[in-house]
Amino acid sequence: MADATLRFAPLNLGRWMIWGATALALAIAPHVFTQSFALTLLTQMGTLIIFALSYNMLLGQCGMLSFGHAVYSGLGAYVTVHALNMIGKGALALPVSMLPLVGGVAGAFFGVLFGYVTTKRAGTTFALISLGIGELVFACVLMFPGFFGGEGGISSNRVAGAPVLGITFGPAIEVYYLVAFWCFVSMVAMFALTQTPLGRMANAVRDNPERAEFIGYDTQKVRFLQLVLSSFFAGVSGALSCINFEIVTAENVSAIRSGGVLLAAFIGGIPFFFGPIIGAAVFIFFVVALSGFTHAWLLYLGLFFLAMVLYAPGGIASLILMQIPVMRAGRLRELAAPYLLALAAFLVAFAGLIGLVEMVYRLSDANLDTNMSLAGIAFNAKAQAPWIVSGALLAAGLVALRYAARFVGERWAAIQQDFEAGRA
Amino acid sequence: MEFFLVQLLNGISYGLLLFMLSSGLTLVFSLMGVLNFAHASFYMLGGYFAYQVSVKIGFWPALVIAPLLVGVLGMAVERFGLRTVHRYGHVAELLFTFGLAYLIEEAVHLVWGRAAVDYRVPPELDGPLFAIYTSQYPAYRVFMMLMSVAMLVSIWLALTRTRVGLVIQAALSHPQTVEALGHNVPRVFMLVFGGGAALAGLAGVIGGNAFVTEPGMAAAVGPIIFVIVVVGGMGSLAGAFIASLLIGCLQTFSVGLDWKLAGLFERFGWSVSPDSAFASISQITLAQTAPVLPYLLMVLLLIFRPRGLMGTRDG
Repeated sequence: MADATLRFAPLNLGRWMIWGATALALAIAPHVFTQSFALTLLTQMGTLIIFALSYNMLLGQCGMLSFGHAVYSGLGAYVTVHALNMIGKGALALPVSMLPLVGGVAGAFFGVLFGYVTTKRAGTTFALISLGIGELVFACVLMFPGFFGGEGGISSNRVAGAPVLGITFGPAIEVYYLVAFWCFVSMVAMFALTQTPLGRMANAVRDNPERAEFIGYDTQKVRFLQLVLSSFFAGVSGALSCINFEIVTAENVSAIRSGGVLLAAFIGGIPFFFGPIIGAAVFIFFVVALSGFTHAWLLYLGLFFLAMVLYAPGGIASLILMQIPVMRAGRLRELAAPYLLALAAFLVAFAGLIGLVEMVYRLSDANLDTNMSLAGIAFNAKAQAPWIVSGALLAAGLVALRYAARFVGERWAAIQQDFEAGRA
Repeated sequence: MEFFLVQLLNGISYGLLLFMLSSGLTLVFSLMGVLNFAHASFYMLGGYFAYQVSVKIGFWPALVIAPLLVGVLGMAVERFGLRTVHRYGHVAELLFTFGLAYLIEEAVHLVWGRAAVDYRVPPELDGPLFAIYTSQYPAYRVFMMLMSVAMLVSIWLALTRTRVGLVIQAALSHPQTVEALGHNVPRVFMLVFGGGAALAGLAGVIGGNAFVTEPGMAAAVGPIIFVIVVVGGMGSLAGAFIASLLIGCLQTFSVGLDWKLAGLFERFGWSVSPDSAFASISQITLAQTAPVLPYLLMVLLLIFRPRGLMGTRDG
């Protein structure tokens, strides 16, 4: 026996199909959604997908709750914008399409620098230190206007250097395909990392650091390596956002960005590799689409996040995956009625909430007109009737939602019981 | 000397205010293991509630009503929010309070607008109390110090001399035993959380008009009190006290000084040429670095003494 190890590696057809479908979806998306608005949305989604996945390398895979992840993407973006300006001046011979590597290396460099301090501790203390580092970097960015451009930031022009294969990155579609390419490569790379020994050790350190130490692994080193790799991908996404927006400001390293990526990853579902991809898409939808409709979009986003933390800690991904066994058993139909009831109750409560929130907003500033209309109904925010109606809608909706939740729970439990009985 | 004394008093009053915030945070942390991210938001709400009440009926009623309102809100948050996520573990709790901080800030934007509100020092306390050499020291600052000290002494007495205080202290270290003895530990948690929130609210009432009441005030103070908790040592009240005063003084002193590195070099007879890479760093004044100093202190401490000033364990 020359080789004592048994190797069983069948062709994983499902995996090839999923990745193939992902690549195909990325390639045809701009041809399905042809409006220029959709293209902006898709480009930003691609950037945030990389960022959210890199964040999940910390929170989901290694149990490190970071409140300062924007430091790595932001500093990566700053280095990229300087590289881009150098290409523009002819001082650096590098095609623009390779700039994400520059951003990634810069991100990883700062990951080594700050990671040395932050990964000394785990758990809550790590969360606090990452927050402190974030504030530190943000304050420093405003302190050194020479490199960081102060409040106004540093702007650039992405049409720089000699075009490769005729690609100038002038039109937005070319930028989209650049983002899509790097997004796909990063997704594959980050998924591959979860399959390596380091990726597995990261899971072990997340679940039980003490036992990981007992079998001889240095948990601090695992956290450190994971942070450095994660900041590499954060840097890649920072570079892509720099190419897309052609400007980098202090906002790129701010606590708002760090909080945003945390929200995106969590809403999508941190226990699953693909969760943050869903989360990034939903988050960009909130940011770009909803912010055009209402001033209170951040409030709705916050409420959505809190609801997820309270009732679905596995995120949207877990909600979807929970339905699959039920669907396989062909019993999704039994759940249709309670689901529809819950949806109706939610819509009633939400309508009431929107009414209240929009009226509060109109009253907050004396310069705003209190005559307003929602869903085609005109009213005055100073009158009593709309307050009573909205309040009643919200209260009735919440009561109905509670009832519907019990209804869903009962049906769900019945189905699960049958599953258990079938297994036994 | 004059500068030194005035800044020292300012630093102590600011440090005491910070301790009012960090003490509540530390108590809640050591009792429940929850680091309340929304603690600074309760501080902000205290300021805004006090503004609203003081516009309607005056400052003195606001001094009582606003912290009570914030305390009740804190208890509701513990009862209906934190208790639900408790079973998902500490990360979920931290995320919940993070989302709450987000939500409170947006609600404040929505109700009171994005600009600062005109929350003023009451006329009785508006003016100088005594003079240090040539500068007049404002009466309100002294009132702030007295309020903080009175509050902290009464809390210390309540924790060490009353029955409830003893139960809280026991629940800090041995929650199961306390529960077995027939005390309602979840209710103790709720009371402590509400108490911490009320304390933060009170800090907001007396700090909101001394500084400025605006939607950014939670985000400005929040990270600082977390730094205090880390520097003092997680869960140590004495450490939080020392760290609060230290950071309060550090920030007020550095804001008032415009020392530069370049000036230091000139003393030694070195000069920095304006085109060297080092020039931009050497021209930064100490006042400009003021916002960074607490975080630098934290980083240095973590490198050389990871458990914090008074911490007992390397968590």
